[in-house]
Amino acid sequence: MLTAADLAAIWLTLKLATITTLLLLLIGTPIAWWLARTGSKLKGSVGAVVALPIVLPPTVLGFYLLLLMGPHGVVGQFTQWAGIGLLPFTFWGLVVSSVFYSMPFVVQPLQNAFEAIGERPFEVAASLRASPIDAFFSVAIPLAKPGFVTAAILGFSHTVGEFGVVLMIGGNIPGATRVVSVQIYDHVEALEYAQAHWLAGGMVAFSFLVLLTLYTLNPGRRAR
Amino acid sequence: MSDGIRARFGIAYEGFGLDVDLTLPGRGVTALFGPSGSGKTTCLRAIAGLEHAPGGYLAVKGEVWQDDANGVFLPTHRRALGYVFQEASLFPHLDVRRNLDYGMKRVAAAQRRVAFEQAVALLGIEPLLERRPAGLSGGERQRVAIARALLTSPRLLLMDEPLAALDHERKREILPDLERLHDELEIPVIYVSHASEEVARLADHLVVLDAGKVLAAGPLAATLARLDLPIRLGEDVGIVLDAAIVERDAAWHLARAEFAGGSLWVRDSGHGVGQRVRLRVLARDVSVTLRPQEGTSILNTLPARIVDIAADGDPALALVRLDVGASPLIARLTHRSAAALTLAPGMEVWVQIKAVALIG
Repeated sequence: MLTAADLAAIWLTLKLATITTLLLLLIGTPIAWWLARTGSKLKGSVGAVVALPIVLPPTVLGFYLLLLMGPHGVVGQFTQWAGIGLLPFTFWGLVVSSVFYSMPFVVQPLQNAFEAIGERPFEVAASLRASPIDAFFSVAIPLAKPGFVTAAILGFSHTVGEFGVVLMIGGNIPGATRVVSVQIYDHVEALEYAQAHWLAGGMVAFSFLVLLTLYTLNPGRRAR
Repeated sequence: MSDGIRARFGIAYEGFGLDVDLTLPGRGVTALFGPSGSGKTTCLRAIAGLEHAPGGYLAVKGEVWQDDANGVFLPTHRRALGYVFQEASLFPHLDVRRNLDYGMKRVAAAQRRVAFEQAVALLGIEPLLERRPAGLSGGERQRVAIARALLTSPRLLLMDEPLAALDHERKREILPDLERLHDELEIPVIYVSHASEEVARLADHLVVLDAGKVLAAGPLAATLARLDLPIRLGEDVGIVLDAAIVERDAAWHLARAEFAGGSLWVRDSGHGVGQRVRLRVLARDVSVTLRPQEGTSILNTLPARIVDIAADGDPALALVRLDVGASPLIARLTHRSAAALTLAPGMEVWVQIKAVALIG
């Protein structure tokens, strides 16, 4: 059965994934909107930076985030100056790195959803006196709803499955940075296969349910 | 003219330019007519501010919407206009009622001049209010879109081929609605179309565009009667007459419609005596004789005077512009007939009109 340490890891993982997903919806929406609508020359570069975590080994991403947030990094110096202290090996350090790590899984579905709306509904909204901001909330967001569902589910589950970045940034601190994937690793290292099975099997079931929900709720968009 | 519409746009795209300078009346329906690619829609979009024509000028009933010389360009959402797009453009996430509300609630209550019930009744969409756009037919969607545009109480209503995506039956259903709208509301309409039937039925004022330039602009009847336009209404060369029903013959199911210069018998379509109607006479249905004919099946024979003769697109055919009293008429004849009858401007002749369409 699950031990108290296992339950703590599950709780921490869910907390991390929830906070990360919420932050990503807030940050990712304007980025996706901009990427979907801009004619700027920067579009390609920004899109590529957002997509980097898809191709980079998590250890590479974790390594640079560690340097950036460390005592000599730009972010680290800022957080120390702001009185927050240093982020590596803290829960909030994990949140920040998860935001980067899961960013493409939120931004890309949103961008696709925004692009699929096309120009016409916004022209219609403008002819009905809606300002661009108004049309964003009254037209773009409702029409992109399937994209938001996909983005939230993918962002959440991708954060749950994170391992390499966590090890690089968070290490293995119970209750602060020891998430499920790390806990499984520890069990296997200690040859506690039964314990590992409970968590690993749970992850398989969880992932299957997430994808099942995604494909059932959103068949049209996935098929396209 | 402060109650009219003044529009001056020059847009240069690759391979296409729009160069128009228009003064349009501030009431009634103005048709922008021309073949595809003539710049009709671009012109309409420039009026709406969906397209920014640099160096342009646009004033609607004394309100300047664009004056690039003075750095004025109101974004679309700050222009008091309604826009009906070619294809149904209802918001799929809102039901019909909330689609209608969308524009209305964004207009200050004090500026609303079209009531919800009025627009709903005018377009006959009361039974659709709780439905979703996805469940509506093309014609129903377009009616809702028109009502939605009206509910913003626009100072100018722009319609971009609103019937183009509809089949013939649906068109016939909506045309009367558009006519009612024309009759009941004081909102000027700019109507883009390449369908001569719609133009003849709805327009009061006609602007003919080709390759981004204005070929002709003026009152409908006078503009249709011009022979010098390289773009005509195709097979449908003809004129319209504003008339009134003055007599009904119940025995033969006919009605007599009087226009400036004469009267014509038309099939009785239920219009009461005194009602104003519009008649359309196509050039191909008009023939010319030197003397009034006897023993003909044709009901309508009128005296006329030839004003001008011009070549038609087909080398065998000529178009003859005539005056019947104060009204213009066009006849399409073969050159051979014209020569045989020695027709010439100034001649007094008789015209036989084989068919008259009563449109609205």
